Amino acid sequence: MNKMLKLSALAVAGVAFAGMTSTAQAVDLNVVSWGGAYTASQMNAYHKPYMKMHSDVKINSLDYSGGLAEMRAQTESGNVTWDLVDVVLSDAITGCDEGMFRPIKIDEEMAKAPDGTPASKDFLEGTLLSECFVPQIIYSTVFAYRADAWGGKKPTTMADVFDTKNFPGKRTLQKKPVNNLEWALLADGVPLGKIYDVLDTDAGKDRAFAKLATIKKDVIWWTQGAVPPQLLADGEAVFGTGYNGRWFSAIAEEKQPFAMLWDGQVLDIDGWAVPAKGKNVNAVMKFMKFATDTQRLADQAKYISYGPARKSSGPMVSKHATLGIDMGPHMPTKYASQGFLTNFAWWADNGDEMTERFNAWLLK
Amino acid sequence: MANDTTADGVVLAADGLPLKASLTRAMRKSRIRALLLVTPLFVFVLFSFLIPIFDMSMRSVDNWHVGTLMPETTKALENWDGKALPEEPVFAALMKDLKAGAISREIGKVGTRLNYEKSGLRSMITSSARKSKKVKEGPYKPIVLKMHKRWKELETWTVIKRNTSKFTIGYYLNAVDMKYDNKTNDIVMQPEDRQIYSTLFLRTFAISLAITLICVVLAYPISYLLATLPTRYSNLLMIFVLLPFWTSLLVRTTAWIAMLQSQGVLNDLFVFFGFVDDANRLQLIHNLTGTIIAMTHILLPFMVLPLYSVMKTIPPSYMRAALSLGANPVTAFVRVYMPQTLAGIGAGSILVFILSIGYYITPALVGGTDGTLISNQIAYHMQTSLNWGLAGALGVLLLFSVLALYMIYNKIVGIDNMRLG
Amino acid sequence: MALPSYAGPLETTWYYTFRFICACIFVFLITPILIIIPLSFNVEPYFTFTQGMLSFDPDAYSLRWYEDFINNTQWTHSVKNSFIIAIASTILATTLGTLAALGLSKPHMPFRALTMGVLISPMIVPLIISAAGMYFFYSSIGLDQSFLGIILAHTVLGTPFVVITVTATLVGFDNSLSRAAANLGANPTTSFFKITMPLILPGVISGALFAFITSFDEVVVVLFLAGFEQRTIPRQMWSGIREQISPTILAVATILVMISIALLTTLEILRRRNEKLRGLTPG
Repeated sequence: MNKMLKLSALAVAGVAFAGMTSTAQAVDLNVVSWGGAYTASQMNAYHKPYMKMHSDVKINSLDYSGGLAEMRAQTESGNVTWDLVDVVLSDAITGCDEGMFRPIKIDEEMAKAPDGTPASKDFLEGTLLSECFVPQIIYSTVFAYRADAWGGKKPTTMADVFDTKNFPGKRTLQKKPVNNLEWALLADGVPLGKIYDVLDTDAGKDRAFAKLATIKKDVIWWTQGAVPPQLLADGEAVFGTGYNGRWFSAIAEEKQPFAMLWDGQVLDIDGWAVPAKGKNVNAVMKFMKFATDTQRLADQAKYISYGPARKSSGPMVSKHATLGIDMGPHMPTKYASQGFLTNFAWWADNGDEMTERFNAWLLK
Repeated sequence: MANDTTADGVVLAADGLPLKASLTRAMRKSRIRALLLVTPLFVFVLFSFLIPIFDMSMRSVDNWHVGTLMPETTKALENWDGKALPEEPVFAALMKDLKAGAISREIGKVGTRLNYEKSGLRSMITSSARKSKKVKEGPYKPIVLKMHKRWKELETWTVIKRNTSKFTIGYYLNAVDMKYDNKTNDIVMQPEDRQIYSTLFLRTFAISLAITLICVVLAYPISYLLATLPTRYSNLLMIFVLLPFWTSLLVRTTAWIAMLQSQGVLNDLFVFFGFVDDANRLQLIHNLTGTIIAMTHILLPFMVLPLYSVMKTIPPSYMRAALSLGANPVTAFVRVYMPQTLAGIGAGSILVFILSIGYYITPALVGGTDGTLISNQIAYHMQTSLNWGLAGALGVLLLFSVLALYMIYNKIVGIDNMRLG
Repeated sequence: MALPSYAGPLETTWYYTFRFICACIFVFLITPILIIIPLSFNVEPYFTFTQGMLSFDPDAYSLRWYEDFINNTQWTHSVKNSFIIAIASTILATTLGTLAALGLSKPHMPFRALTMGVLISPMIVPLIISAAGMYFFYSSIGLDQSFLGIILAHTVLGTPFVVITVTATLVGFDNSLSRAAANLGANPTTSFFKITMPLILPGVISGALFAFITSFDEVVVVLFLAGFEQRTIPRQMWSGIREQISPTILAVATILVMISIALLTTLEILRRRNEKLRGLTPG
């Protein structure tokens, strides 16, 4: 690790020197991301080293709460102030289809792996699902529970989450149909690989809602990612769904008595998209090439427990930058076989209808 | 003073012109001056407020997507009878549009628009556009039919044809839980498990009504007390009404969260006095109860102030007269005092009602699942689902209910003013 | 309504019951606002009183949430933004609103009712609808995520209050005063600043205060129009409540309560001054 630091310091110094001699004009890049610990990890791993190397580039880090509302408004007005946006894959797909984001030629514009493997082969299979999207991390939405809630008993499967008799207490779930319907089917005995086949039928949808209804009165619905760890910490809920990085910091940094239930985790991909009408496309593409290379993706995993999206970064994931714990066991990619990937195409088609039905169901 | 009138009796002003003309001119001048003073604000309100709202209401009927992004298909479908799948010319036109749309990268908007009326059309459009890049030559019908299974469904074409028109009432149908039947093109109710907006509108009205009633009940005694106490006491007590009135909405909402949450002040008190035990603290927030308590608190001053100002004008001698004529206190109060306060109750109630049906912040923060109102749904469609047409339609419906109420308010307050004047 | 000496036992009971009911309602109105003040000094990150606080243990109280507020750049940034936006929109709203009120009060103003309706419409339309309209329109002309956009939006929302308060003061304004000034040789500008302005000033100032508090307290429009750079105090409180509840919000809330007390006092002084001035002008 020390060696790596020295190496990268050398590299930084070298490039900084090169940067100083060039007479490029100064650019401000507005990079938009999720805020909190996640943005902090990006600043440490990408923004700061890049700004050290390029004294003419200033990266402004802006926060948003996801979704495409601002992006669509900016694109419609033609006054695009964002240069780079951190998005989840499903938003990247929609934004790409609606012309908000710029298509990226991944092999030409992104860095190769250290061994020369082209980028399109280096990113994990199944992550390059949109031509406007460069993957960054794999995260998962996953259940955690209070380890002290039921004496020595521990839940092990999704069915336990829906078993209020053996595991009584409130559950806190995100207030949207995505994932919840899948989990309901999973708990109802549908095998991992068949979830979307079942969900695509009317009977399957009814079945998912019926299963969800069995725990409806035990659910506290959340809308903000910071809420579930708080509810579990306050003892207001015993099970909660949340992003694995948030659970990691609650367990490892705040020493909360939580444990992970990796069964049924929903893997998702987060990455960069470039607004099609952005004002600094060239400068941003240069930054992107740097920020998504093998070393940088591995560096980010030192600050937060999200798995790097490049195969070549995997072996370089080491210990947490300040806590010194081994990050490997906290990576959702380690438990990939217990989880599944959201079917974005299915949700793109059925999201509106399911959300309406879900909201109507909540009101009942 | 001799030249004040001319020979034929016309009164002249100091400058020698006929007084009547001079007066007219002065009046015109004053009218123009008045207009000039009002114009800047009028223009400002027009541009920064009324036009935006008009723009929003246009979005609720605007249906440009298919017509603009699929112009060829739109033209080719003009004469389609809707009885069977269209023929090759339509498919050729469709292929042209898909290719153009794939290059301009805007075809996804058509997919999004059509998907509102039939689930599944989004991926049909986007995937077909992607595949269209590789298509060289026709006949296109078999090629397109193979691209996605939904192209073979008659319903798909009915939906496309219906949305070639520039305007739609589709969003309004959606906003009142109705839809087009894609087989027959008739307007029908949504299936029951998707009916949400009419429920929400009704609930918004019911909650607003409940809050209004609670406000009347709470405001009446304290307004009466304030109106009948000597000024130096009532001025002091008025602070209890005015301080909440002037305190930030978010501060008051925060305060209620501190009061009501399960580890909050009120539950602690209940546990301390043994009303509830520690394990079963009451759920007072993130539900309907929380919304009603917090909103009543926030809107109560809007009821007290008009009620107080009306009560202040009622001479105490009326009540005394009734009492001295032998009415018992309750009868005197109900038959003599209360009728005179009706105008105040009316004005306050409509004000509170108007404010509460448009409320957003407090329900969003303390409402949970069953305490959210229609405005929260509007915000959801603006920021999350991005269905701006539906947000516009819901907004216009809400706007019209508020305007109707405002007219009633105007009438009541107007009558009130006349009585006072 | 003191209790008359001849009151019977029933009336006495009712008299005290009534006063008790009123006291309860006043408690309901004021408690939530007062309760956050001691809670903001809690040393623990809780929203309720700890044992230590109840036994007045000085160690249970601290200024840590105030320190947190001062040292957090997001909060200080939002304070700056709130003042910039509120002051700018107050100046604009007061100027435009006062001019319009002067025009509306002229005896020969044509289409008065209609104009008045248009001018006060921003007050009647539910905020969520105003915000939605402005969001669509302002972003289509590139005014979203900019200070200018929010200032313009807040100006529109504040003008009805200025128009209403200034028009109300002008109702009691005696036009013969400015005519007398004109007779005595004052030009219109002099007469406006020497005669009209001092008399309507209380109305203008209370209108300005309303406009200020409207902007200072507004969050719905900010939610839609503001980018991260334009976050105001209420916007910051909004995300504080939704995302991570920390008693820092209570510290901010306490400061805001102090500001509203100051505003309330100013308004009361103005009201008295206005009454005194009105007393001077003949009915």
